[in-house]
Amino acid sequence: MRRNQALTTYKKGGIHPAEYKLTDKSPVQILPLPEKVTILLSQHIGVPAIPVVSKGDTVKVGQLIAQGKGFVSANIHSSVSGKVVKIDSLPDLTGYKKSAIVIEVEGDDWEENIIQSTDLLKDITLSKDEILEKIRESGIVGLGGAAFPSHVKLILPRDKKAEALIINGVECEPYLTSDHRLMLEYGEEMMVGIRILMKVLNVRKAMIGIENNKADAIYHLTDIASKFPGIEVYPLKVKYPQGSEKQLIEALTGREVPSRKLPVDVGVIVHNISTAYAVYEAVQKNKPLINRIVTVSGKSLKKPSNFVVRIGTSVRFLIEAAGGLPENTGKVISGGLMMGKALNSLDVPVIKGMSGILVIPEDETKRKPIEPCIRCSKCVTVCPMGLEPYLLMSLTQNGNFYRLEKEMVLDCLECGSCSYICPANRPLLDYIRLGKTDVKKII
Amino acid sequence: MSKLLTVSPSPHIYGKDTTPNLMYGVIIALIPVVLASILYFGWGAVIVISVAVISSVLFEFLIQRFLLQKKTTIQDGSAIITGLLLSLCLPSNFPVWLIIPGSLFAIGVGKLSFGGLGNNPFNPALVGRVFLFISFPAQMTSWPEAQGFQTQYIDATTGATPLNIIKEGLGKGDSISHLMDKIPTYQQLFFGNMGGSIGEVAAVALILGLAYLLLRKIITWHIPVSIILTVVIFTGILWLVNPAQNADPLFHILSGGILLGAIFMATDYVTSPMTGKGMIIYGICIGILTVVIRRFGSYPEGVQFAILIMNGFVPLINYYIKPKRFGEEVKNG
Amino acid sequence: MSSILIIILSLCSIGIVAAIILYLFAQKFKVPEDPIIHDVEDALPAANCGGCGYPSCKIFAEACVNSDSLDDLYCPVGGQETMDIVANLLGKEVKQTDPRVAVIRCSGSFENRPRTNHYDGASSCAVASALYVGDTDCPVGCLSMDDCVEVCEFEAIYMNRKTGLPVVIDEKCTACGACVEACPRDIIELRKQNKKDRHIFVSCINKEKGGIARKYCSVACIGCTKCFKVCEFEAITMGNNLAFIDSDMCALCRRCVTECPTNAILEINFPPRRTKTDEEKKTASDKISEKVKTDIKE
Repeated sequence: MRRNQALTTYKKGGIHPAEYKLTDKSPVQILPLPEKVTILLSQHIGVPAIPVVSKGDTVKVGQLIAQGKGFVSANIHSSVSGKVVKIDSLPDLTGYKKSAIVIEVEGDDWEENIIQSTDLLKDITLSKDEILEKIRESGIVGLGGAAFPSHVKLILPRDKKAEALIINGVECEPYLTSDHRLMLEYGEEMMVGIRILMKVLNVRKAMIGIENNKADAIYHLTDIASKFPGIEVYPLKVKYPQGSEKQLIEALTGREVPSRKLPVDVGVIVHNISTAYAVYEAVQKNKPLINRIVTVSGKSLKKPSNFVVRIGTSVRFLIEAAGGLPENTGKVISGGLMMGKALNSLDVPVIKGMSGILVIPEDETKRKPIEPCIRCSKCVTVCPMGLEPYLLMSLTQNGNFYRLEKEMVLDCLECGSCSYICPANRPLLDYIRLGKTDVKKII
Repeated sequence: MSKLLTVSPSPHIYGKDTTPNLMYGVIIALIPVVLASILYFGWGAVIVISVAVISSVLFEFLIQRFLLQKKTTIQDGSAIITGLLLSLCLPSNFPVWLIIPGSLFAIGVGKLSFGGLGNNPFNPALVGRVFLFISFPAQMTSWPEAQGFQTQYIDATTGATPLNIIKEGLGKGDSISHLMDKIPTYQQLFFGNMGGSIGEVAAVALILGLAYLLLRKIITWHIPVSIILTVVIFTGILWLVNPAQNADPLFHILSGGILLGAIFMATDYVTSPMTGKGMIIYGICIGILTVVIRRFGSYPEGVQFAILIMNGFVPLINYYIKPKRFGEEVKNG
Repeated sequence: MSSILIIILSLCSIGIVAAIILYLFAQKFKVPEDPIIHDVEDALPAANCGGCGYPSCKIFAEACVNSDSLDDLYCPVGGQETMDIVANLLGKEVKQTDPRVAVIRCSGSFENRPRTNHYDGASSCAVASALYVGDTDCPVGCLSMDDCVEVCEFEAIYMNRKTGLPVVIDEKCTACGACVEACPRDIIELRKQNKKDRHIFVSCINKEKGGIARKYCSVACIGCTKCFKVCEFEAITMGNNLAFIDSDMCALCRRCVTECPTNAILEINFPPRRTKTDEEKKTASDKISEKVKTDIKE
């Protein structure tokens, strides 16, 4: 169908980091249950959820344990069955303390209404509003990494109309293969999920964007897509950061989302491929978001794998399952190499937005000493948003926040291409990020 | 776990380019030029190049180590480039005792007085070259003929560069067609068999260098292409209007320092604009200024002045010329 | 001869014309300004540090002249003396404000606070603090990356590399508050300047429960309230597992210092205990100032 079509990509900037997709051939394994889980109450962008259970309560798998408060928030469900032993402040991925619920695992007792069988349920019986309510109840957030509550994205402003749904299967980060495996192993379920999203958004067209380095997924999904009207697979040229919403929209439709506007302003809505799968499970099987696929990878790991992990499992448990932490480990990263967060402790839990755990040896993580800027303009060339990172960094250091705002620092995706390319090893993104927070304070 | 984990902000992976890498890339690109100069000017070229390079590196080391008392940065290769570029725009019989103040001026005043690599507004090699050109015009404009590899240093027969011949001839009222007989053929111009600065004669070597720089992505096409195109168009117009008084575009490109300037001098990272659009504006202005100086000014060659003048405008270009922001086009759509 | 004359005359006339134009422009665009503003500005320290809350000394001078009372205006750098001069110039009353000095409320040196990870990013406390908890588990402790040192206009703070904590040089500190603003962890406080630069303060701002705080740092305030109970001057308040000594109420009796089980309360510039004679006191204070000097050299 589209196999012979010329590959598209976005125009401006971008880099080609090494891919290191070590786990793209390893089937998804189900991780055994841990002894206890720590479920953070702010796993999403927006207001933290409010606990609805108390210490000593017994909970089942899939039971609501914290309720989203306000519009931009998400429900949180127990990912295991057992006893609530603690509701307290515990370190999150940054090490700062956030409220969390700790549950000790006892057996594996699921809520009755969750359909546990793996049969494909293709017929979408619910109405649009019922689906939306299901998605909201199930606490689904964007699983690509940003963890923005999905139901908020599905409710369009009254005066706006979506023409197409874009499904993000790009996975442009090095190492990560969780979406790739999902597409190969749960392709049909995912397609049903996409149909559900299309029904909610009332669009006739869905475009799945997949980078060309996942040829098997492209072939597989193209085959399945013929059975689902309106869904088409688009192979894309490999380029980072194509998984960014704005870049993906441009690559697929040629439309550029203007500064501080939303995708719906150019008539599209973007959802991640694993979000589509979570939507399928929530709507067709009543299963809230309690587990996800996490890639545990790294060149020094004994058994890099893709795991289905219950939310709240500790990162240490995952790394043990992948063969244990190698002796020469320098960094453990949650997420991808380009945008992920380095962890300061292994005792942090898996959250909804965590797509991978990377173990990087010591000699590969050291930053080189900072040298003076030689104004080579490479950062300007690679910036996918057309910004001038060298300028934004020096403006941040000088505290010139009004000029920073004028130079559109808030458009920065924090993709890290500038820091990646800089020959003088300058921490461009470190300062730009600081500049962004400072500018947000003044406007 | 015995060892502590490292935490740093993203990204956690870095590209392979480093400042020394890029600098040594430029040096590699200059190798054909250096070889060509040695081929045509023999020991003279060897002496001029080695003295300029060694003295530049030495001055950078001495000033940083003893005067500024900072960490020395000679290993990044930028001083070598400054020395190389300075020597490549000198005649092969240039007195050694003048090369040394030239590189001192280039490194000391042109680069380190502004705060070292990355902070100099003007290309240090050109600063040195113009310093020598204005202070010692006699030595700077005695051009030995290219006579193939030879072992003499000072006593080579000297002659004029093609640009000099044209300039002086036109001044005396000769017509171009008459003068064209006196200058080397295009083939000689292309391969560098003529009088001139050691590095600017062999067009073919310079173009090889350009190809390498572009392939390794050390520079982008914007600056060299815009300079050369502007010169072609501008001199082309002049030539079409009055062929008797103006040389043709091909002659202008192949003679003098336009190629050396456009490929290696104007593209200097530190002193060129940051955006593609800015680079094109910068290149066009350099092209126009060069032709204006060549045709209407009193000097036969104008590339170095044109580049230095435009170096001064780079901060202004950077301030006003912004890259096209993402999503800008559809602002009204 | 005549050409020289022409040149002289033409140059002179150009000069005269230019002077006239300049004069006319100066008259036309003259900004009327109260000369007293200039006098007030001269009395100010001209550091343009922003400690008064105004962007520059001149604008502060304007504010002094234009406002009815000097109550809300205070130049921390010049201190009371400068404000008295300003008040004299303007014929206004100025309220008495105690001079203040910055103190670092963290004792989490490398010894006291185990490092739990290694930070390898841009060397800026603000960047590190926005990223994560820091290279120790303490979410409010000093990050030792010189943000306060860099922002100080008066070179009154330096970083002690051995402890990883900044040190304020009291004589140089003008209490402009730049470091207070720069510190992302808010551990710098402006406190009343006492005689001989003596201070007693709780050198910790951790609000965790005692046991957890102690795990982070051996000299953390654990909120045990012992100091609170021993204080006779009601200078100590407790809140969120943390003691706070009000510098305006504190009588510098030092009883709380001995009472503190974790040594979280610091006494600075006090003579060593049990030295009664004046001579010994003197040598002791000399030693301290010498130590400060050697620290600076390091």
